[in-house]
Amino acid sequence: MPARVVVLGGGVGGTLAANLLDKELGHDVHVTVVDPTGMHDYQPGYLYVALGEAKGHWLTREERTLLRGGVELAIERAIRIHPDAGTVQLERGGELSYDYLIIATGARLVPEAIPGLSEGSFEFYSLAGAERLSQELARFPGGRIKIGVAGIPYKCPPAPVEFAFLVEEFLRKRGIRDRSEVELLSPLNRAFTIESASTLIAPIMEERGIGLTTFFNVEAVDPSAGVVESLEGEKQEYDLLVLVPPHKGQQVVIDSGLGDPGGWLPTDKHSLNVDGQERIFALGDATNLPISKSGSTAHFEAPVIASRIASLIRGTAPKENYGGRVMCFLETGNGKATSLRFDYEHPPVPPQPNRAWHVAKWLFNRLYWETVPQGRIPEGAPFSKPKDPSH
Amino acid sequence: MQEIVVKQEQNLQGATVDVTRSIDARGMPCPGPLMSLIGVIRESQVGDVIEVLSSDEGSRSDIPAWVQKARHELIEVVPEDGYARFVIRKAR
Repeated sequence: MPARVVVLGGGVGGTLAANLLDKELGHDVHVTVVDPTGMHDYQPGYLYVALGEAKGHWLTREERTLLRGGVELAIERAIRIHPDAGTVQLERGGELSYDYLIIATGARLVPEAIPGLSEGSFEFYSLAGAERLSQELARFPGGRIKIGVAGIPYKCPPAPVEFAFLVEEFLRKRGIRDRSEVELLSPLNRAFTIESASTLIAPIMEERGIGLTTFFNVEAVDPSAGVVESLEGEKQEYDLLVLVPPHKGQQVVIDSGLGDPGGWLPTDKHSLNVDGQERIFALGDATNLPISKSGSTAHFEAPVIASRIASLIRGTAPKENYGGRVMCFLETGNGKATSLRFDYEHPPVPPQPNRAWHVAKWLFNRLYWETVPQGRIPEGAPFSKPKDPSH
Repeated sequence: MQEIVVKQEQNLQGATVDVTRSIDARGMPCPGPLMSLIGVIRESQVGDVIEVLSSDEGSRSDIPAWVQKARHELIEVVPEDGYARFVIRKAR
């Protein structure tokens, strides 16, 4: 009888882990992906939708088309995990038994956590939000644009900085830069979480006239006054406010008693086992790991989990460990980008922004559907699996 | 992040303060310790005392700078073996 693996979540990490397990073990495994929508979203594209550079239909595909034939897809919402019984309870009444479980449920946006945020600000962390922001920008007559983060952790740490650079360029191209201000409201004492990247981008922000307010942790938005207030007691007036909404782990994780207060899964940083659960693994945004919440993280974690589960099914000791590898791009506008490649032991040393990284990001966006979910990234590509797991 | 609720703390002046919540952020990279502190401050009452243990070098400048900007009170910073202990009172 084949081993039963259940994967909760059909995003980048869940899809890749499912495909790799099916490919590796064939008839020795039966993999079921459980996803509430059955649709797979390429979230990095939302930034470009917001700026009117991409259309939404490019960013969504049916999950079924991305899974290998041997992988089953259940379009269902998981509502409870029972680790002792080894089962997952589904919303419509069904139940799935597993020998191994992969929790790849990602993060969810909770704009309701900040008073006034939904009414008073725009976001590009959902397709609907990005389309709404795109429409607003198209009719924006000029004014004060404030960009901030309404809670940490949040997905794709470079995104607010990228948006600041790209919207500044957008205003120039529209001919309304001279009657506009662009300002980044950072929750930290610098523009970006990673110090080396912050050092690199600070002079570029200055050169483009992008303002920076530090230690601004959003507390409340007053839509009628056009004011955003920080936990630190500062107020900022805006004409257009773009905030990354607060994030939380999924309800199924919280309801199953597996998450921390934020709903994130306490996870071993190397084995990716959920703490105290030998048969349960977690990846991507769903974990509490102190690294970026991003598709790239999930992309590098999925092969580790697939390899460890394959070893366990074969009765051998799992060997592969996750070293904290992440690789992402950071657009700096004017057709240039830099890259951030790092792991637990090695902070990134981002190169000066150049055209090549911008083209690489563009290519990656185009090639995503045919490569990442299937594990077809060529060895040696900047976003491929490293040969030496230590870096 | 591990938390221990309510313990007694001896500060540099020898006075004893009640620590309302303790955050063990040792091993957490920057900006984790500061962000953990900000999260706990959000949930705390005025007057609560919060202790943060951090082994991250950046915390030594980040945490005092944030506490000053947010107008809370930094009661003390104590260097320990391989980490530092920050004691903060929520002032408003």
